[in-house]
Parts: sequence; structure tokens; C-alpha cells
Amino acid sequence: MIDFTEEQLERYSRHIILKDVGIQGQAKLLQAKVLIIGAGGLGAPIAFYLAAAGVGEIGIVDNDVVDLSNLQRQIIHFTADVDSPKVESAKAKMLAINPDIKVNTHSLFINHENVRELIRDYDFIVDGTDNFGTKFLINDACILENKPYSHGGILRFTGQTMTVEPKKSACYRCVFREPPPANSVPTCSQAGVLGAIAGMLGTMQATETLKWITGVGNLLTDQLLSFDAKTMDFRKVTLKRQHDCPVCGDDPLITEVSEAEVPLCDLKAKKG
Amino acid sequence: MQIKVNGEIQQVSEQINLTQLLNDNQVDNPDMVSVQVNGEFIAKEDYASTILSNGVEVDFLYFMGGGQ
Ligand SMILES: [Zn+2]
Repeated sequence: MIDFTEEQLERYSRHIILKDVGIQGQAKLLQAKVLIIGAGGLGAPIAFYLAAAGVGEIGIVDNDVVDLSNLQRQIIHFTADVDSPKVESAKAKMLAINPDIKVNTHSLFINHENVRELIRDYDFIVDGTDNFGTKFLINDACILENKPYSHGGILRFTGQTMTVEPKKSACYRCVFREPPPANSVPTCSQAGVLGAIAGMLGTMQATETLKWITGVGNLLTDQLLSFDAKTMDFRKVTLKRQHDCPVCGDDPLITEVSEAEVPLCDLKAKKG
Repeated sequence: MQIKVNGEIQQVSEQINLTQLLNDNQVDNPDMVSVQVNGEFIAKEDYASTILSNGVEVDFLYFMGGGQ
């Protein structure tokens, strides 16, 4: 059990007085290790809230630098950060909110060669990436390394999220077998996204992460939550793990992560 | 007959198949979605041969790839 300092008791007092979290829940948060993949629209609110909550060790992966067009939604990056590495910009803000935590920066492009080793050191993974190739890569790696994770996707005025507990609940491939053909589904850089949508979905992913760590409530497993901000309709669709899933099924075809097919439009749009 | 599409009741003609339902619901490209009928996923190649019956629940799960 952690000995809380006076400052920690004060800093985390609103968690500690929460009946379901309490001092034990806060101790779990301080001992947890979470990896956020992508320091962009989703990664920004996720990083802010996990840092503020006192998640003890947070890794953040991104190989990009801050671009002026990011600032409309990637609220962890400020105007003065343009051209700085996103992971360094994010780390500075996270430590400014909470110097009580440790932040690991991974300034690299996640791929089939590094993903498994990268996630191995963490308890829970959060997907804040912007292309299907990487989303499938993260799903497969998390299943193979037995790491629970939160999937998130946004587009225009809509968002979706699900939490995956490997081999216990439906995974991303149980729902979406393989990445859609290039250009059949637009990316945010092609179709746009309302900035606050990233905040809506990212805070949901942060909440799921905090729930997983503390064991509070029921996770968004075996369910896909989606919303349309134009109507503010929220909907949960019940899912089940598919026995013929190529990665988490009974007889999986995917036993190793393979090179993600990143469509050319995504590569070109990477800065966007 | 009546079916439920994404949680909402729709009036559709008898013998409608999944391809027609996708068209009627402005899903121009079947690659944009994954489809469940009564909680079971239907393979894309089976859309045209999947005839919907009265009272079924159909869910379109859309690909959303953004995050940055
Ligand atoms: Zn699966």
C-alpha cells in the first residue's frame, strides 16, 4: 500500500471521497502504467485526464511534430509548440498539471516491428491513432500480448469506442474483419472533424481507462458505443466475441502482427 | 413489414434483401459498414442473398478511422 503524502491527499481528494474509488482506487491509479498511442485529437484529452488523475506512469507514442492545423482539436498542443515534437509538447503539459507522475515519450511511428515490445511494459493501452492500418495493428498486438485496450475512432460529427479484454470480449476484428479498401472510408484529414468531437470521445476513453484500473463499474466490453453530435444520439450495439475471429477466435489465422497497409492518402495526410 | 434499423422502426417491403436495405439507407458503399442482423454478423458476399423477415433488427456499424 502506498503512503500518501499530504499533498497527494489534497490533490486526489475528489477521487478519494468517491465511494467507489477511495484511497485504494487512487493507489491503483498511482501504480498503473498506461500507453497512449497518438498524441493528437483523442490522445490530447486522454493524456490530460490520465495525468490529472494521477496515473503513475504514462507512455505516449507519436512521431509527428505539431502543425498549425492540429490546434483546432489537439488541445494539449499550444500555438508556441508548432514544429515541436508532439510527445515533448504533451509531456510538458502533463507534468505541468501533475508533477507527481512519470511520462515516457516514444517518438516513433508505431509499426509491426515495434508494437508488441512497446505495449508489453504497460497495463492498459489506449488507441488514439488516425488510420485503419494502425488500428488493426494495435488490436492484433493487444490480443497477442493479452493487453486490454480502448479503441476509439472519430469522423466529422461522429465517434465510436469500445473496450477490449483479449479473449474475453469482442475485439475490433470481431466487428470489422479487415481494414476497408483504400479511399472507401474517408479520414479526418479528407472529411474533417468537429474539434470538440475529439474531446467527447477522448474523455470517454480516459474514463474507461480509469474504470479498468480501479475496477469501478462495467466496462464498455462487448459493446460498440457510437454517437452523432448533430442529433446528440448515443447508441450502444451489443457485440459478441466471434469464434471465427481471425485473431481472437478459436483457431486464429493471425499469430503474429504484420505490416500495416497504410493507404497513400493517409501517409500524405499524416501531417494533417 | 416492419424491421428495426439502428434501433429505429422502418417500414420496408416484403422480401427486401440486405443490399437493398443498405441502398435505401444511403449506405452507398458496403465497405463503409459491418452489418449485424439479430446480433449476428453477415459476410459482405451474403448481403444480396440475405432476405430480411418481419421484426428483424439490423445494425450498421460504421468504420471510423480518425483520431488525430
Ligand atoms: Zn476478435
